[in-house]
Amino acid sequence: MEVVQIQRNLVDYTKSLFMEGFLDGQFLQLQQLQDESNPDFVAEVVSLFFDDSQKLLNELTIALDQPIVDFKKVDAHVHQLKGSSSSIGAQKVKNACIAFRNFCEVQNIEGCLTCLQQVKLEYYLAKNKFETLFRLEQQIVASGGSIPMIEMGF
Amino acid sequence: MDSSCNCIEPQWPPDDLLMKYQYISDFFIALAYFSIPLELIYFVKKSAVFPYRWVIVQFGAFIVLCGTTHLINLWTFTLHTRTVAMVMMTAKVFTAVVSCVTALMLVHIIPDLLSVKTRELFLKNKAAELDREMGLIRTQEETGRHVRMLTHEIRSTLDRHTILKTTLVELGRTLALEECALWMPTRTGLELQLSYTLRQQNPVGYTVPIHLPVINQVFSSSHAVKISPNCPVARIRPAGKYMPGEVVAARVPLLHLSNFHINDWPELSTKRYALMVLMLPSDSARQWHVHELELVEVVADQVAVALSHAAILEESMRARDLLMEQNVALDLARREAEMAIRARNDFLAVLNHEMRTPMHAIIALSSLLQETELTPEQRLMVETILKSSNLLSTLINDVLDLSRLEDGSLQLDLGTFNLYVVFREVLNLIKPIASVKKLHVSLNLAPDLPEYAIGDEMRLMQTILNVVGNAVKFSKDGSITITAFVAKAELLSDSRNPEFFPVPSDNHFYLRVQVKDSGIGISPQDLPKLFTKFAQNQSTATQNSGGSGLGLAICKRFVNLMEGHIWIESEGLGKGSTAIFMVKLGIPERLNESKLAFMPKVPPNHGPTAFPGLKVLVMDENGVSRKVTKGLLVHLGCDVTMVSSSEECLRVVSNEHKVVFMDFCTPGMDGYEIAIRMHEKFTKRHERPIIVALTGNTDKVTKESCMRVGMDGVILKPVSLDKMRSVLSDLLEHRVLFEAI
Repeated sequence: MEVVQIQRNLVDYTKSLFMEGFLDGQFLQLQQLQDESNPDFVAEVVSLFFDDSQKLLNELTIALDQPIVDFKKVDAHVHQLKGSSSSIGAQKVKNACIAFRNFCEVQNIEGCLTCLQQVKLEYYLAKNKFETLFRLEQQIVASGGSIPMIEMGF
Repeated sequence: MDSSCNCIEPQWPPDDLLMKYQYISDFFIALAYFSIPLELIYFVKKSAVFPYRWVIVQFGAFIVLCGTTHLINLWTFTLHTRTVAMVMMTAKVFTAVVSCVTALMLVHIIPDLLSVKTRELFLKNKAAELDREMGLIRTQEETGRHVRMLTHEIRSTLDRHTILKTTLVELGRTLALEECALWMPTRTGLELQLSYTLRQQNPVGYTVPIHLPVINQVFSSSHAVKISPNCPVARIRPAGKYMPGEVVAARVPLLHLSNFHINDWPELSTKRYALMVLMLPSDSARQWHVHELELVEVVADQVAVALSHAAILEESMRARDLLMEQNVALDLARREAEMAIRARNDFLAVLNHEMRTPMHAIIALSSLLQETELTPEQRLMVETILKSSNLLSTLINDVLDLSRLEDGSLQLDLGTFNLYVVFREVLNLIKPIASVKKLHVSLNLAPDLPEYAIGDEMRLMQTILNVVGNAVKFSKDGSITITAFVAKAELLSDSRNPEFFPVPSDNHFYLRVQVKDSGIGISPQDLPKLFTKFAQNQSTATQNSGGSGLGLAICKRFVNLMEGHIWIESEGLGKGSTAIFMVKLGIPERLNESKLAFMPKVPPNHGPTAFPGLKVLVMDENGVSRKVTKGLLVHLGCDVTMVSSSEECLRVVSNEHKVVFMDFCTPGMDGYEIAIRMHEKFTKRHERPIIVALTGNTDKVTKESCMRVGMDGVILKPVSLDKMRSVLSDLLEHRVLFEAI
């Protein structure tokens, strides 16, 4: 495929992610931080996010499985997750975490469990999208092109 | 004959009467002759100076010998011996010798003695002359003393009346006058009025016409002039004196300030004179002496000077009083004005703060409310609330802006902005209202209009909005056309304003905006009033027209600040109007990067690494967020150290770290503790790194707690690159940053 074509695909894809609310402005910030001295910054951050989130989700699952749920701990984890997701601009994940925290505050187990499911769902979706994104980028780089900067006029 | 006695017989018989008389005379002669030298010697001895002593001796000798001769002659009357005759003969011989010598001497001496006499005479004459002169000098000195005393008396006061009175009194005393009078010219200048006299206390107004020959004579001479005692000016004494004393009159020049030029002497032709008349006592047979006349002249001059001084002083006193009055009045006025200004400023300050704060709350909360779920009626209500409060806010801002404009304290916020965007926004704002009124709004932007310009975006928009808003307000139907283009040189100067000569340059251009409407128009007599504050067109002020009438006034001020001009043209009522304004805008130096959606990757140095080598410590429990923050800071060139817990943070932190970013959340209070511990660790302020909290919490409590524990800043997450850059620069400059939450 032609480089230009892939680049256009990438742009369109990224735009769609923004439109659908998967990503927000924070992601653009991350992209801005990527330069020659730091060529894989975004990829690094995102993969770190994946690892972190995976761990957190596991912890959460365990914690909510307990007979007596330690809501403080749960809240702490969710807080972490929220922080991470907002740092990279995974908007939907972040919103799900916010809802999760509300249920934690009122110590509603059912709600928490539902939210956990929601968060997991969003997380996997986001992960999927990110992976597609990176694949496209790698293709461009492999074909010798350069990754276009997305300027969104909000 | 007895030949043995050898006697000589006298010629005559001794018993002859003649002989007797001769005998007696000889005796007395001898006596006298002996006593004269004695007297001489006696008196010469008495006198101290007599140059001819030896003459006296000679003379004495001569006389003694003569005396001796005559004495011896006594014996020759009777029979006498030859011895006696011999003695006689000797005596005579001696006497003859001495007398001849003396006679010869006297020939020399007598002229001398005579000349002494003449010298004495001469000296006596001289002495007499000197005596006379002495007397003269003494009188002159006396006169001088009198003059000085008089002058002193006259000049010791600056009051006109005192001067004149004193003059007369002193003159009268010095010269022992009978009467002394001063005649002053009347206002008309045609008469002389008796103003002061010595003897009479209150002279009733005698007047004398000024053009009498005698008066002219006095006025034309600078000396004191003797006048007849019968002339009108001198006839002021009560009658009944036999022989009136001599009268003298002198002129007293009355000098005015205007007579004195800087380098000239006062002109003599325009002078006015007063007349001073002095009368010697009658029956005294005194005459006016020259020195007395001189005295009078001098006094007259002095009086003139003293009078002019008095006049000048009076003038300056009057002026000073006037100035003082004015000063007091001005001071009062100034204080009143200051009070008014202070009151107004206080009022404005109150207005500013107190009114804006609730306004903000209303507007903010209403707009937030709009975002929530509302029923249609509720939405309508909220929109109305929003609109009304926006209007009110605009009104407040208008008034405040205007007062700031008038103070001259308003300054433009210059910045680079997109001109097209401004116009589009105005259009968007005005379209809804216009469509309600079924007005068609069109915008024509000239193709050569630059996209970006440097100027005050907000105020320019305000101006355009105001003008367009007016156009919409005052049009019932039709269309509104907004045209904007770059003003060319020919079009720049308006015939209406010949002083307005804008000169475009390389850095600036003149934006000309014309807003034409087909509304009610403006009558020619109202045109000039349009831009005055609070003046509204009374005929067109309908119920719907809100606004305070400040809009155009403010626009005019803004336009003036932007070095431009604004005016409205209208053909008349019902014929629509066109509002035109021109403002000066700057041309940005380099065009901003045009934002394309598709562009090869440009070196993402959106700014230089602003903080090279700045040592920063980042504490964040969340790995992802930590990495992102680090990435941000690294991108800005900082040297970042990362820690993930508070203990680690306290361990690692040193005074090399300039800033510490702490991410924390309320569940753990670690953040606060760290801040406190850091304050303990670094007691000196300059050693301590700047502590900044990154938090997602948007409540005031967090902010206050942070401030309480001594943090230097609180920033809301998420932090964009630009935000981080500006945050760092603010922090490093001010050491404090509390973002408005």
